[in-house]
Amino acid sequence: MADINAFIDNEVKSNDVVLFMKGTPQFPMCGFSGQVVQILDYVGAPYKAHNVLENADLRQGIKDYANWPTIPQLYIKGEFVGGCDIVREMFQSGELQQTLADNGIAAKKAG
Amino acid sequence: MNRENRIRALLAPLAPVELDILDESEKHHGHGGWREGGETHYRLRIRAATLDGLSRVECHRRVNALLAPEFASGLHALAIDAKGSAA
Repeated sequence: MADINAFIDNEVKSNDVVLFMKGTPQFPMCGFSGQVVQILDYVGAPYKAHNVLENADLRQGIKDYANWPTIPQLYIKGEFVGGCDIVREMFQSGELQQTLADNGIAAKKAG
Repeated sequence: MNRENRIRALLAPLAPVELDILDESEKHHGHGGWREGGETHYRLRIRAATLDGLSRVECHRRVNALLAPEFASGLHALAIDAKGSAA
């Protein structure tokens, strides 16, 4: 388990925006993961996606890493942002776009 | 006691002023995590003074921590709207 923890830690710290999801951005296998993909695509933020369904260690490891029991999970600049509900709330209030902008991550203007 | 009642009991320590729990399992029929008998997909809305001043992530963490036994016993998905009592 130490290996997967180190892998996750490196992924979220070496990529600006990382999404752990079920399925892929092209083919989400879960409605909640699909919603986060749609939001990230809408705001135009480049992100790296990991499909936890392809790796049982990752699927459990990401829950342990964030101490968060569900997937999807979004990370910005190494910080855990939240799951689907929080990402959607932040998107609707503009906080997600602001957080991306504050971190110098190029995103097209919403609306 | 069904899962909804167990969730209600487990969240009692937060002293919610509002707590709505919705079983949406049938909406996910055939999707990942669904199983015969349901009780897999839930949505909950909670307002509690014990969540006042906490970040969104922390509010969700308080709820998730209390519901750990349910996640361990087949609760697959939980949509959460958790805020302080003033929201």
